[in-house]
Parts: sequence; structure tokens; C-alpha cells
Amino acid sequence: MADFVDPSWHWFIVIATIVSLLACLWLVLANRRSDSDSVEGEPTGHVWDEDLRELNNPLPRWWFNLFLITLIFGGVYLVLYPGLGSFPGVLHWTQLEQYQDEVAEANATYNPLFEKFMSTDIPALVKNKEAQVAGERLFANYCTQCHGSDARGAPGFPNLRDDAWLYGGSPEAITQTLTNGRRGVMPAWAGALGEEGVENVTSYVESLAGRDVDADMAAKGKEKFNMLCIACHLPDGTGNQALGAPNLTDDDWLYGGTRRTISESIANGRNGVMPAHGEFLGEAKIHVLAAYVYGLSKNN
Amino acid sequence: MSTSETYNYKVVRQFAVVTVIWGVVGMLVGVLIAAQLAFPALNFDTPWLSFGRLRPLHTNAVIFAFGGSALFATSYYVVQRTCHARLFGGPLAAVTFWGWQLIIVLAVITLPLGYTASKEYAELEWPIDILITIVWVLYAIVFFGTIGKRKVKHIYVANWFFGAYILTIAILHIFNSLAIPASMTKSYSVYAGVQDAMVQWWYGHNAVGFFLTAGFLGIMYYFIPKQAERPVYSYRLSVVHFWALIFTYIWAGPHHLHYSALPEWTQSIGMVFSLVLLAPSWGGMINGIMTLSGAWEKLRTDPILKFLVVSVSFYGMSTFEGPMMSIKTVNALSHYTDWTIGHVHSGALGWVGMVTIGAIYFLIPPLFGKRELYSTRLVDAHFWLATIGIVLYITAMWISGVMQGLMWRAVNPDGTLTYSFIESVQAMHPYYLIRLSGGLIYLTGMLLMAYNVFRTIAGAREADTTIPAPAHAA
Repeated sequence: MADFVDPSWHWFIVIATIVSLLACLWLVLANRRSDSDSVEGEPTGHVWDEDLRELNNPLPRWWFNLFLITLIFGGVYLVLYPGLGSFPGVLHWTQLEQYQDEVAEANATYNPLFEKFMSTDIPALVKNKEAQVAGERLFANYCTQCHGSDARGAPGFPNLRDDAWLYGGSPEAITQTLTNGRRGVMPAWAGALGEEGVENVTSYVESLAGRDVDADMAAKGKEKFNMLCIACHLPDGTGNQALGAPNLTDDDWLYGGTRRTISESIANGRNGVMPAHGEFLGEAKIHVLAAYVYGLSKNN
Repeated sequence: MSTSETYNYKVVRQFAVVTVIWGVVGMLVGVLIAAQLAFPALNFDTPWLSFGRLRPLHTNAVIFAFGGSALFATSYYVVQRTCHARLFGGPLAAVTFWGWQLIIVLAVITLPLGYTASKEYAELEWPIDILITIVWVLYAIVFFGTIGKRKVKHIYVANWFFGAYILTIAILHIFNSLAIPASMTKSYSVYAGVQDAMVQWWYGHNAVGFFLTAGFLGIMYYFIPKQAERPVYSYRLSVVHFWALIFTYIWAGPHHLHYSALPEWTQSIGMVFSLVLLAPSWGGMINGIMTLSGAWEKLRTDPILKFLVVSVSFYGMSTFEGPMMSIKTVNALSHYTDWTIGHVHSGALGWVGMVTIGAIYFLIPPLFGKRELYSTRLVDAHFWLATIGIVLYITAMWISGVMQGLMWRAVNPDGTLTYSFIESVQAMHPYYLIRLSGGLIYLTGMLLMAYNVFRTIAGAREADTTIPAPAHAA
């Protein structure tokens, strides 16, 4: 619906549109009427550039009719549909209503197909073939853009087929993640640590994952780690699912496990966003999707 | 009786030659980005070779460098020849040539570097926008000044279209580019939200309507009757369709924003006037094709005329397709798909490209004091390469566009989408290869043209023609 700051805009649009359509109509009719005094194949008598001339043939009949038909169509359309300022059209059609009607119809048709799974708990749904097929389709529609069509993720987007869970892999935690989304924040430490400090902490973090590193650097890094990192990643580096702080001891890396990406994470921080889907998918679809995601890691 | 004053052919020669060069460059970039869509690795992980930066380079190069130089060349030639007067303003015409080339070079540098105002077909940043405005005002002074000193009472129809295009592009460019500079290389549009979108498409659609349609109709109205040696079919039709076309086009922009946050009344009016635009557009096609009546046999032997006539046929086809795509229910399927790309290229390669190529082939010999081109057979080969290239391009995009639209809306019995987005991307691959081959064939034709033009003008003298006295009205 049109929301005009001043009602005079309504009249401006109505008048400008109608006058314009009538002007087109006049243009074509006026020329058609005076067609009677033009003769087929007769030149206008104008000459340019030595040999450029023009004939004064009448407007082709079919062309004239085509023009007229589009003008009539335009007039009828603007009576039926919203177009003339705030006049809603006699059909009272709006795109918002069309959208809402289509969504309501789809919900009425499809929601029962998902609601029937609500009474079954998630571990049991993993064994329900029909629910898994439905879940796979939901996953293909809404999740593959980031997590990949094989659900193995990409740098910054978790692999859902392994056992490493940032926020927990229980049915409840997965449902919570899907419904409300997650925001993972790793602060940037380049300022506090300095270049050398970042390198030392990187060595220590690598040692936590069981890699061979320079012992001297790791020892220096450990000091800094104990001051700055343990609040979220815990003293043993196993992380905290309540905060979404990753386990650093499992050699599973969200942003890539090379020394360079680890030191980048420490120096510049990271921001991860999992969008909330609750409002948009509804409880029943979330339930089926959660069962599918839960099954991905369990079946692996 | 003839005066000793000559036409200013120098600026026409310059613009005609750079038209060919920029055509090759712009289409080469087009072929590269078409290849990138089929094989994304071809951006070589280099920012300035990435699709997002080269795509605006392609559109700016083909529209404003190739198309723009062609419009300058032909309008300067036609306005002089049909007014029997040398270009007005002395050195101003030369300033417009070097100014326009400077703008193009700045675009070639800044767009790959990532400087962009992020407005489609108006990506150049504000200092370049100001330069465009200055050059354009000088262009208007030269053009209308020449009209003012014409020796023939009636203004020839081609000049109406050139005049309308020059005036309207000035208005469109200035109002769409209004922005607040943040630095020399960054500015922010003065419009916000949906109003910005509306101004953008008011500009964008009329860049098509006035730059790529009205301007090129000016070319059509001079070069078809000249090459066919036949009078224009109907003066009356040209009057009616001229006024209807320039009046109606300006309303059509909202059809780019169907089913969006744009108010419904704006969408409806945009759609209605887009449909009304069908007949005025076809008026130009009728006048172009019917001018040939009595001279059809020339089509068998004259490849330049083939270019001109086939371009008008593509014009008729894409101006039918456009109004159809503006209908909301059709648009719901076609919008955001490759169908739009196909539509644009049937207009760009078919209409704008072919009418330009025909006009430049017409112009090169007389501008360089030659009786004919180096090779007419190469022109004929170019014609067939261009035609085959276009057909491959647009049919591939029609099929992939409709397929995309249908795949995106297909649903399973449980209401979930049948195809994930990436599946629609995979399905496009073969059509992207066909499009790429179509583009390559079209580019090959342009290279033949460059060779033919080069051989024609090599060693030629620069010919200047004295202005003949106007013929007396019969």
C-alpha cells in the first residue's frame, strides 16, 4: 500500500498517469485521423544530404491496433490493480497478502507432514527413515550453503560429521543452536601479545594438540596462555561448550590447522555466526532437522 | 553550387577507429568473464581479475566505450551531413573526443582496482562522473549548435533521436550520480533504501532506452536509407513513434523492482508503461525494415545492409521480449535468472552491436578517401560469425534462464525445495560453455573487422569533403 507523506501526492500520481495515457491515445488517434490525407508511396518532399528522402505512408493498421490494445490494457489494469496513487484497485490485491496467502496455504499443506514427528524424540527419529529423508531435504535447502552438501563444512563453518561440537552435540544443544543461532567470538590478541607473543602462544597451542614444537617458545607461550586464554579455553585447553570456546587439544580446527591460520586466529580474532532458524522454520521442522544433524555425527 | 568549407571528418574518423578498438577490448573482457562463470578458477585468485571487478569493466567498455564512441562518430557525421554544416564550436569536438577517451582510460584503471560507486552501469566514482558531465555538456553544445546553423529547414529524423538521447542522458547521469564524496575515491549516494533503487533503475532502464535505443535508432534512420538507397518508409510513423517512445520509456524503470519493497503503485505503473512501449518500439523496426521494400534483392549481395537489417530484426525481437518480461507473473519466473542476461545480449549483440558494425563499415571508406573496404568477403564472414555467435549466446541463456527459474521454484511433496542452489548452478554449466563459445565467435568477427578496417585505412589519406549546397525541395 502506498504511504504518502502528503495526500496531494496521490492526486499528482493519478493525474500525471491518466493524462500521460490519454496523451499517448491522442497522439496515435490524431495521426490516424489525418492519415486520410496521406497517400501510399507519396514522398514528403524533404531532401537531406543529396539523396535522403522520406515517404509519407499512413500508419500501418495492425500497428495502430497494437498501440490501442496496449493502452486499453493499461487502463483496465490500473482500474483492477493498485497503481493510481493510493487507490487500491477494485480487486484489492496486494503483494503482501498474496505472499501471506501462499505461506498460509503451504503451511496448512506441509506442516502436518513434519508435526507427526514431534512426538518421537530425536535419538529415536535417527532410526526413522522417513524423518531422515525429510531432514536431508531440509538440510539441502537451508544448511548446505555454509556446511557443504556433504556436511563436512569449510573453513569457518563446522564439519557436522565428526564428534567435535563447539556448543555441544546433545539433541537439546543442537535444537538450541538451530532455533536461536550462535555467535562465536574470539577476541584479537595482536595488541596485547605483540608479534613475538603471538608466535609463542601459537607454539603452545600446537603443543596442546600434540604437535612437536620449539619447547622454549611453547614455554613462553604457556605463560601468556595462562594469563589470557584459560578463561574460555580452560587451563588444559579443552574448551568450554557453554561459551562455544573450541577444544584445542583434539587437532580439529574450525579455521584450518596450519601454523599460519592458528596464529591468525590468535592475532586477529574470529567472528562466527550461525543464523537463527526458529522463527522461520518452526518447531516441527527444527525437530526433524536436528534429528538429521544429530544422526550425521552418530552414523559416521 | 558548393562552398569551400569542409565537414569536420577528423573527429568522426577518430571516434570510428576507437569504436572498433574498444569493441574488441570490451568483448574480450566479456569473453573472459563468461569463461570465469564456467571455470571460476580463471580469476587466478587475483582481486583485479575477479568477476566482480571485471563485469563492470565489461559493461562500461561495451556500452560507453564501444557504444558511446559509435554514437559520437555517427551523430557527428549524420548531423553534419543532414544539416549541410560543419560541426559547431571549432575545437570543442576534439575536446569531446579526448575527454571521452580519458574517461574510458580512467574506467579501465579504476574499475579493476575496485573503486566503484556500486551503481549498475554507473560504477565510476564521482570525479569521473564530473568529467563525464563536462564532456557531455560540450557534446550537447556541438550537436545542437550544428543543428542551429543547418542549411536545411527540416531537421532530419535521425537528429531527433540523437538530440533526445543527448538531452536525456545528461539528466539521467546527473540525477543518478548525485553523491556525497567521502574521499577522492569514495562517495555515497544521496538517496537511501528503496528510493536509491528506484533512481538507479530509472537511470538503468533509460540508459537502455536512450543511450542504447534512441541513440542507435538515430544511426538506423540514417544508415539504412543511405545504404539501401531508398526513402524512409513513413515520415508519419517516425513522428508518432518518436514522441511515444521518448515519452513512454522514462516510466518503465520500476519493472526492474517487481515484488520488492518498491510501493505497488510504482510497480504497476512501471509495468503498464512497459507494455505501452511495445508499439512505439516496433514503429522503429517497421520503418527500418519497410524502408527496404523495393530493394530486397540488395540483401543478397550487400553484407553491410545485412548487418543493418538483421540488427533491426533483433531490435524488434528484444523490444517484444522486454514488455513481456515486465509482466509481473512472467517476471516472477524470469527475474534474477540468465533469461535477463540473454535478453540484454539479444539487444546488445544483435541490435546495438550489429547496427554499429554496419554503420562503421559504411563510414570507414569515405572517411579515408577510399571507394570501398579492403575486403567485402571479410564483411560477409563477419556477418555470419556475428549471427551464429548471437544465436548460440541467446538460446543458451534462454534455456538456462528458464531452467534456473523452474528449478528454483520446484518443490517436493513435503514442501521442501527439490533442488539446492548449487544444483541449479551445476545445471547451468553446459549452457555457460555454449554462451562462452557464442561470445568467442562474436569476438572473432570483431577481430576480422579490426583487420579489415586496419587494411582499409593503412596508407590511406585522410579525406575531407566540401559541403555541398542543400538540394531544393522537390
